[in-house]
Amino acid sequence: MTLSISLTVNGVRRDIELEDPRVTLLDLLRERLDLTGTKKGCDRGQCGACTVLADGRRINSCLALAASLDGAEIITIEGVSRGEELHPVQAAFIAHDGFQCGFCTPGQIMSAIGLIQEGQAGSDPERIREGMSGNICRCGAYSGITEAVLDAQKSLADADRRSAA
Amino acid sequence: MKSFDYVRPATVSEAIMAAAEPGAVYLAAGTNLLDLMKGGITRPDRLVDITRLPGLDRIERLSDGGLRIGALVRNADLAHDPEFARSFPAIAEALLSGASAQLRNAATVGGNLLQRARCAYFYDVASACNKREPGTGCDARNGENRLHAVLGWSDACIATHPSDFCVPLVALDAVVEIEGRTGRREIAIESLHPLPGNTPERDNALEPGDLIVGLRLPAKARTFASHARYLKVRERTSYAFAVVSAAAALRIEGGKIREARLALGGVAAKPWRGRPAEEILAGASVSDAAFRRAAEAALAEAKPSGDNQFKIELARRIVVRALTLAAAGTPARIPALPGSPFSSVSGAPHDA
Repeated sequence: MTLSISLTVNGVRRDIELEDPRVTLLDLLRERLDLTGTKKGCDRGQCGACTVLADGRRINSCLALAASLDGAEIITIEGVSRGEELHPVQAAFIAHDGFQCGFCTPGQIMSAIGLIQEGQAGSDPERIREGMSGNICRCGAYSGITEAVLDAQKSLADADRRSAA
Repeated sequence: MKSFDYVRPATVSEAIMAAAEPGAVYLAAGTNLLDLMKGGITRPDRLVDITRLPGLDRIERLSDGGLRIGALVRNADLAHDPEFARSFPAIAEALLSGASAQLRNAATVGGNLLQRARCAYFYDVASACNKREPGTGCDARNGENRLHAVLGWSDACIATHPSDFCVPLVALDAVVEIEGRTGRREIAIESLHPLPGNTPERDNALEPGDLIVGLRLPAKARTFASHARYLKVRERTSYAFAVVSAAAALRIEGGKIREARLALGGVAAKPWRGRPAEEILAGASVSDAAFRRAAEAALAEAKPSGDNQFKIELARRIVVRALTLAAAGTPARIPALPGSPFSSVSGAPHDA
């Protein structure tokens, strides 16, 4: 059976024919749309490497059927910078050494963007760590990740205040 | 993954018709189902996608003081709903102690009620498992079983129910609303999950085509709001299933417990209501001795199903601690590590 779906991916509408309903959002992004920044780690929702935003919420793209997300707005790591200007979370990960090998980093960054938008963690490092626990870093860059999220959250809040003033 | 047909009905009655066929299953977020399908544990012929069904994503206050939660409300949305978290803090804490933020953003109320066992032998299709393939035996009985059931298990199956959410729901007498081929009905959540007996393949009381459309909390459940906690021991600080958990809710007047509610997670194939403990606590003064007596009563029938004798004493201690925390009062804000016995002063590391 062929299914016709449409997704808005990083601001661009994509009309997609699915020959097989088994395709996950993760496989669609990587194999059909050549957006390979989103990583396939465990493929079972345990590692967080595949984290993207769907309608503004961070989810595991490996556990989402593409067909079921028909009409959704998806943001991947390829869609967060403004041209050459890095997203504040990307810049903070570099400034704070929030990675070593980098494989988990796109998922960490998308998860951090989601966490900051959710607005539940505040500036409490314990709440940041708890909120990021769905993203595993086998290099163990966790202390840098926590610092990066705290710093990015502050710079985003400062930018908001400046634009509101 | 085996191939399947995908249908997306527009109404509840269309969904029921499509799902009543043999081999059909409902798909909501799919956070458990897709995992099971990738592993070949579940091999459906048809997925009936219910995510577009109208009217199932609302949280409504009822005229009798109860609360109705639509089956498609996402776990994170429910836990962070301010009115819900104030009125049912133990349920909000249980929700936030489960899974990861990504999964809580996707997973639905109805799906959480129907999530399947996490027993490693159920997941490993090369192992014997009566739940996955009736009559093949249970490799967990002589396998790695330190995390398996200590209450209500049978020779056929020693798996536990994995949900955190369902534990306080059972304690607070939640009601499950179901639409089926013969119309609407409702059952107490305590009756949704059967004990394994000789039919561990039967996970729940639903019939083919039955769709959970909502969950109702009675007005009575609000009366515990100032003394309600969920406590959960995990093998790591976050993002793990419970080794043992407990939901404790008390109504305290003048230093005396007027009414108590207690349920345990991680100990049986269903969330385990501790009625004998509740009876001991009703009318008792708030005291460590009363909590210890309650814990003894709650675990009176427990017996190990393998290398898990330790879970019985662990469960008693978690009951005492959950009751102690509930008696101390619901915190103004859910702790940084929800449900964690290692929760510390906010801002301090848990291992300090």
